Amino acid sequence: MSAPTRSTVLRDAIGLGLAVGLYGAAFGAAADAAGLNAWQAVTLSALMFTGASQFALVGVLGAGGSALAAVGSALLLGTRNTVYGVRLVPLLQPRGIVRRLGTAHWVIDETTALSIAAPDRGLARLAFLAGGASIFLMWNVTTAIGALGAAALTGPALAALDAVVPAAFLALLWPRLRSGFPEARVQLRVAVGGALVALALTPFVPAGVQVIAAVVAVALAGRPRATEVAA
Amino acid sequence: MSGTALWAAVLAASVGCYLLKLAGLSVPAAWVEQPWVARIVDFVPAALLAALVAVQAFTSGQQLVVDGRLAGLAVAALALALRAPFIVVLLLAGAAGALVHVVAG
Repeated sequence: MSAPTRSTVLRDAIGLGLAVGLYGAAFGAAADAAGLNAWQAVTLSALMFTGASQFALVGVLGAGGSALAAVGSALLLGTRNTVYGVRLVPLLQPRGIVRRLGTAHWVIDETTALSIAAPDRGLARLAFLAGGASIFLMWNVTTAIGALGAAALTGPALAALDAVVPAAFLALLWPRLRSGFPEARVQLRVAVGGALVALALTPFVPAGVQVIAAVVAVALAGRPRATEVAA
Repeated sequence: MSGTALWAAVLAASVGCYLLKLAGLSVPAAWVEQPWVARIVDFVPAALLAALVAVQAFTSGQQLVVDGRLAGLAVAALALALRAPFIVVLLLAGAAGALVHVVAG
C-alpha cells in the first residue's frame, strides 16, 4: 500500500462525511419521534455536533425523561470528546484562542480517528479540517431531511420509526463490541450490565434517570490494567 | 414538555458538550490521562448506549413492554452481525417493526 497522500486523506474524509450523513437522517427522525421540532433537531446538529450525545438527549426525552436527565445523559457521553481533545492537541497544535474555540467544535469520534490515522502533523490537520467540514455539512443537511421526513409519517410507517430508533442506538453501540475493539469482551460485559440496570430501575425511577444510573455498570470494567498504567 | 423547556434542554446540553470538547484542548493532559479517568471514559459509552437501547426497545413510560420494537431490534442485531451497512440495518428494523404492527393490528 502506498503512503497516504493529500488526495487519499481528502477522499477518506469526504467518504466518511457521506457515510455519517446517513446517521444524521436517523437522528433527525429520532428527534421527531421524541417530540422535537425540525429547528430543535438542526440546532442540536449544528451546536452540539456530537452524535451519541444528541441521540442520548432525544432518546431520554422520547422515553418521557426530564430535561435534566436528558442533559445529564448527553454530557456523560460528551466526556469522551474531552479525552479526544487531549490526544489532538499535539497533532493539531491550535494556536490562539480563536483557533482553539473553532477547533473544539469539531472534536468528535470521526475527526479524531481521521487525524490520528494521518501519517504526519500536516496531514492530520488536513484530515481534521476536511473530515470536520464534510461531516458537519452532511450531518446538518441529513438531520433536516430526517426530521422533516419523519414528521410526515403516519400509521405503519410510524411503527417502523419506533423500531428504527432502538436499532440506531444498537448500531452506535455495536462497533465497541466487535472483536477488533480494545477490550471488546469487557465492553460487552459493561453494556449488558448497563442494559440490565436500566431495565431493573425503569418501574421505580422517573423516566430517564435509569439511563444515567446505568453508568454504575462501568464498575464491571474493573481497575485499569497495569500495562496501561506503565505505558 | 413545553417548547421552552425543550429549547432550554437543547441549548444547555449543546453548550455543555461544547465546553467538554474545549476542556480537552485547554486543560493539562495529565488531568485527563489519569488511568482511572481514562478507564471510566472508555466504558461510559457502552453502559449508556446499551441502557438507551434497552429503554428505547423495552419500555413505555415506567412499564416494561414487548412489542414490534423487539422484532426490529432482533433483525437489527442479526444485520449488524452480518456486517450490513447502517442504512440497511435501519431499513430492515423499520420493516420488521411495521410488519408486526400490521400483523398484530
